Amino acid sequence: MRDIYEHSAGEDLIIKTSVRLLVPFIQLFGLYVIVHGHYSPGGGFQGGVILGAAFILLALAYDMKTSQEYMTIRVNALFTNLGAAIFIGVGAVSAIFGGLFLDYAALNKLIPLGPIEWHSFGIFLVEVGVGFTVMSIMVLLYWNLSSSGTLDEGL
Amino acid sequence: MTILSVTAIALLSLGLFFFFAGTVGILRLPDFYSRLHAAGKCDSLAAVLIIVGIALYNIEPFSFEALLVSAKLLLIAVVVFVTSPTATHAITEAALVLGVKPWTKAERKRP
Repeated sequence: MRDIYEHSAGEDLIIKTSVRLLVPFIQLFGLYVIVHGHYSPGGGFQGGVILGAAFILLALAYDMKTSQEYMTIRVNALFTNLGAAIFIGVGAVSAIFGGLFLDYAALNKLIPLGPIEWHSFGIFLVEVGVGFTVMSIMVLLYWNLSSSGTLDEGL
Repeated sequence: MTILSVTAIALLSLGLFFFFAGTVGILRLPDFYSRLHAAGKCDSLAAVLIIVGIALYNIEPFSFEALLVSAKLLLIAVVVFVTSPTATHAITEAALVLGVKPWTKAERKRP
């Protein structure tokens, strides 16, 4: 009817530029939330969601291929399993060294830092594992949902 | 009442005025695009004004902790100033692609 209002879907310069500006700061903020999780609000899950949202924002503003250039499917699967392995590993090692499962004070026998320092540091290790897993699962969920399971072509 | 407090109060009042204007625009303007015009512009400017006002009010008894908090507030203002117009642009473009017709003077009122 009116050609001036005809507009096709596709990549947009304004959205692409501001996403390119914002993604590094979003990732930095996600790492801050993970690392600072036991002093301030936040933690592994929340920081992982923010890190995953950065990749989802890339996939929304560009396309799925671009987000898979920055995080390939293999790296995604690696991070998923690495995070779970860190979590289980810290728990199992502390059980091996004489404590309960996830009893970080027992890790003092492995590296003598002091039990209170190990409480803080053990929570930090577990949070890093949770963050890895949550980040990659979030990205994988978005890829699967937006391409109806084929992972090659989507929004 | 120092000069910082007066500036902070002026910025907060100006931000409230812009929020009020944006809300009136959302309620009163005739179609989707003009409502989004009111919401996007007024809300991003008002949010930035209010955050800057809070940051100025916060450093009144000067200390380095307060300065750190104010710097973080200014960073939030920068992020809002980038993201809010981008989000408005994205919503407008999605509406154009879906074929929402803009309001013209020919149709006087839309229910």
